[in-house]
Amino acid sequence: MNSPIPSSEITPKQAYLSRRDFIKAAGILAGSMALAACAPDLLNAPASDPAELTTSAKTDELGDPLNSHKDIINYNNYYEFTTDKEGVARLAQNFPTSPWDVEVSGLVKTPRKFGVEDLIKSFPPEERIYRLRCVEAWSMVIPWLGFPLSKLLNLVEPTSAAKYVRFETVFKPAEMPGLKEPWYPWPYQEGLRLDEAMHDLTFLATGLYGGELPAQSGGGIRLVVPWKYGFKSIKAIVKIELTAEQPATMWSAIAPNEYGFYANVNPAVDHPRWSQASERRIGELARRDTLPFNGYAEQVASLYEGMDLAKNY
Amino acid sequence: MKKARFTALQLLVHGAGWLPLAWLVFDFLTDNLTANPIQAIEQRSGIHAITFLLFSLACTPLASILDWKELPLRRKALGNYGFLYAAVHVATFFILDYGLNLAAIWRDVATKSFIILGAIAFLLLLPLAATSFRFWMKRLGKNWKRLHRLVYLITPLVVVHFFMAKKGDLLNLSGDIFQPFLYGGLAVALLLLRLPPIKKRLSRV
Ligand code: HEM
Repeated sequence: MNSPIPSSEITPKQAYLSRRDFIKAAGILAGSMALAACAPDLLNAPASDPAELTTSAKTDELGDPLNSHKDIINYNNYYEFTTDKEGVARLAQNFPTSPWDVEVSGLVKTPRKFGVEDLIKSFPPEERIYRLRCVEAWSMVIPWLGFPLSKLLNLVEPTSAAKYVRFETVFKPAEMPGLKEPWYPWPYQEGLRLDEAMHDLTFLATGLYGGELPAQSGGGIRLVVPWKYGFKSIKAIVKIELTAEQPATMWSAIAPNEYGFYANVNPAVDHPRWSQASERRIGELARRDTLPFNGYAEQVASLYEGMDLAKNY
Repeated sequence: MKKARFTALQLLVHGAGWLPLAWLVFDFLTDNLTANPIQAIEQRSGIHAITFLLFSLACTPLASILDWKELPLRRKALGNYGFLYAAVHVATFFILDYGLNLAAIWRDVATKSFIILGAIAFLLLLPLAATSFRFWMKRLGKNWKRLHRLVYLITPLVVVHFFMAKKGDLLNLSGDIFQPFLYGGLAVALLLLRLPPIKKRLSRV
């Protein structure tokens, strides 16, 4: 069943819980051996400054609060700018995200170039509150604005030969200093199987927290596939191509033994570097258990029936 | 004139030794440790640890090259600062990151060779740090020097741990490998300078 994740009206941009509160809580706790055990209670305690805790009542469907806008736009893995997660926002601040064009081509009946402005007009943005689970074992809850990828694909009509979708990130070395690093096979590319791409949860985001999608979060337009590790959710897309063959992806080209094509969040399949059994929700002290398919198993597990997920990692 | 109690180099070494910790505490108090402070502490302390280990290893060859006799006297302090940051790194991992949840630690550590390498390196550092007191230096005599040669094993272990901690692939020469390359290169150079034929030429200069 393709039940979308429920969400209501647009979220205001207030932080649920500022990092300062977290640091305060951590400070109180520092040195305490029971750190992990009592942290969640402390984090839910009222903050000293009520203005700082204008609690957005919003949660994901599991009841977990949104991460703050500040954390979401200041902690980004975006190697086209820098490998320093805190440095991305600064380096991307003048990066133009509008106007933005996406070319959809390959095995489709009507290949076309779309302006993101026009896409927003054709598909009025809906809000989706998704968990984002990075392969580095941290996670956030993020309210995106956008539309399902399937709407765009239906518009260009994939042919019966189309089996996969390939995505490519913009390549602008003059504006993206990280692209000068010779160690990566730029441009960034990603891929999905067509049925994954057509799934209702698979989303193209053009906005964040009720506002624009800033450059560091993947503006002009980015993919969000909430049941896969974050690196599948490619940013700043300029090309979408329908193909018959499974497309190459950037991280599996770099380290094929570590990053597969599917990259479904799976606590049972280990990664040589980071624990995939547990994760740290940004803003929390204790680790929490990672859920199969990042908590979206009910919606997506059927896509992989009969597949060996340890092999197709 | 009375002789100064501390040499300039000594002040420099101890200043440099405490500075990163002060900086870390300052960033912690001013909410400047990224949205993921535990990882930030883990990574920064790791880098400081390997940096001081390399500083310590650099003393002897640099002393020959620069003919600077005071340098070898400071390598023990530098090594101890390396241990200090390694201890912060390891404590962060066990206490802050995993909340001393031994089951979770075991589940994750058993499958990650880079953590095992780091743990071996840390265990080997322990006797070096413990015997850094003058009492043990006297007591162990020649064996003290022998024992502290363990650092020649610890350094490569830590370099490999560093490479594997980063999101890259050495065999492919791709990914996030610049920094470990730099440290690895320095470590190899500092170890090569100790090979007898090279050492002999250095001391003749
Ligand atoms: C029980 C022993 C150890 C454990 C459990 C451990 C754990 C870790 C972990 C989990 C990371 C990855 C951090 C991240 O990126 O999230 C890491 C990175 C690192 N560790 Fe260790 N480590 C240990 C010992 C050591 C020792 C003894 C040293 C040096 C003397 C060291 C130096 C480093 C360095 C340089 C990094 C890379 C930091 C970066 O990403 O910039 N580690 N270690």
